[in-house]
Amino acid sequence: MTNSSKNRIKDRIFNFIGIFATLIGIIILGFFIGSILYDGLTRIDWDFLNSLPSRKAEKAGILTAWSGSLWIVIFTFLVVVPLGIAAGIYLEEYGNKSKLSSLLEVNISNLAGVPSVIYGLLGLEIFVRLMNLGSSILAGSFTLALLVLPIIIVATREALKAVPPSIRAASYGLGATKWQTVWYQVLPASFGGILTGVILAISRAVGETAPLIVIGALAYVPFTPSSPMDEFTVLPIQIFNWISRPQHEFTINAAAAIIILLIITFIMNGIAVYFRNKWQKKINW
Amino acid sequence: MKTKIEAKNIDVFYGDFQALRNINMQFEENAVTALIGPSGCGKSTYLRLFNRMNDYIDSFKMNGEIVIDGKNIYEKDVLVDDLRKGIGMVFQKPNPFPKSIFENVSYGLKIQGIKDKDFLNKRVKKALEQSALWDEVKNDLDKSALALSGGQQQRLCIARTLAVEPKILLMDEPTSALDPIATAKVEELIHQLKEEYTIIIVTHNMQQASRISDFTAFFYMGDLIEYDKTDTIFTKPKNERTQNYITGRFG
Repeated sequence: MTNSSKNRIKDRIFNFIGIFATLIGIIILGFFIGSILYDGLTRIDWDFLNSLPSRKAEKAGILTAWSGSLWIVIFTFLVVVPLGIAAGIYLEEYGNKSKLSSLLEVNISNLAGVPSVIYGLLGLEIFVRLMNLGSSILAGSFTLALLVLPIIIVATREALKAVPPSIRAASYGLGATKWQTVWYQVLPASFGGILTGVILAISRAVGETAPLIVIGALAYVPFTPSSPMDEFTVLPIQIFNWISRPQHEFTINAAAAIIILLIITFIMNGIAVYFRNKWQKKINW
Repeated sequence: MKTKIEAKNIDVFYGDFQALRNINMQFEENAVTALIGPSGCGKSTYLRLFNRMNDYIDSFKMNGEIVIDGKNIYEKDVLVDDLRKGIGMVFQKPNPFPKSIFENVSYGLKIQGIKDKDFLNKRVKKALEQSALWDEVKNDLDKSALALSGGQQQRLCIARTLAVEPKILLMDEPTSALDPIATAKVEELIHQLKEEYTIIIVTHNMQQASRISDFTAFFYMGDLIEYDKTDTIFTKPKNERTQNYITGRFG
């Protein structure tokens, strides 16, 4: 066999490996979604969305779970968005290349890799015990805010980095201060990227279970929260709880709740993609 | 003639590298001074000293004084953003903001806190007229500046600078990214602007320097080799290196 035909065969082999590697994730996900839909789709109706949890599977619903998730998402958003964007702006635009800022940078990348259950323990100690918030929505939101903070910081920095330095130079050249340059030019131009990061961070927060279990979120909360200091449950915990029950009916409930959770996540990711494309189209350097 | 800007004993370092060596120069008011020299000779660095744009470079260090209207602009009590409101800069590549034409031109006034709509309209119109762009864009002021052609964008950037009515105009190879027609327009513009402005322009184009400037300074490897009336530099240069450069034998 000649060398070139050998190379061509190698090329083809890699082609197949590549296709396999690409498809395997999609196939498994597709199989998973298919089986969830088969189990749970018929269980979803108005009552399921609007009922409190119950010991009887056919009466149980996810009202407390999704309203808990909603509260958690809103408060996490309120806490993490200003903090994350401000930190990203500081590191990218203000922090000079000092030892301190490179130390901060390394730490932020490390924070993104810390297992979420560790954040749960941190939240348990600081928010639940030291700050005396109890197993409340506020404690849960603060904990999740810490967890997704690095995502927003990194996304903000990437988005700011994508703004050409010539734009900053033009603004400074006209006598703008640093803050004016950031506020009027850099932030609007990087808005799409930042927004994408925010949505991805929030959709990560929606799906988190472990840290909330650690800080004491309950699976059985017989009421919907009415203030940020109330106890709560969220969709993933409700799902986890139902799956761990022996009765088949609860497994079906879990499948139905998973469908709802997936829909929420897909919608949020869809919005992220939409905004990213919209802003990319608008600004073509 | 009156001296507008004076550079005294300027040394500039980037880390260990010395980019400019003991530069002393006086710039006349309402004149165009061209800075010429081969790439890397320090002329752009020099230009950026006059509005302190080098301050953002971490390794940048400078000795000496830049005196504008009798005041050393590198003194500690100088507010850099206020300083820049009186010194406009036009960059090598057109760099309009990704906003409307109107927002681009009015930005310099907006950051000074001016909100009066009539005043802004007037200034935007005047600046666009000065930069010979008004007739081309007067019906499209709300359109994105990024939709303009390269030459129009550069004239927009000049208009943006003129809108705040600075006294000094710094231009860093303003026509290097433009075609000959757009270049001619910008040169014509520079010619008119020197009535009201003190202009310093960096250029790689010898003909351009000889066409538009009153004075020319030749830089080589961080040294000011020769500085004189443009006519003298291009007809009877005193230094052999200047002679070689302007006749195209090196650089």
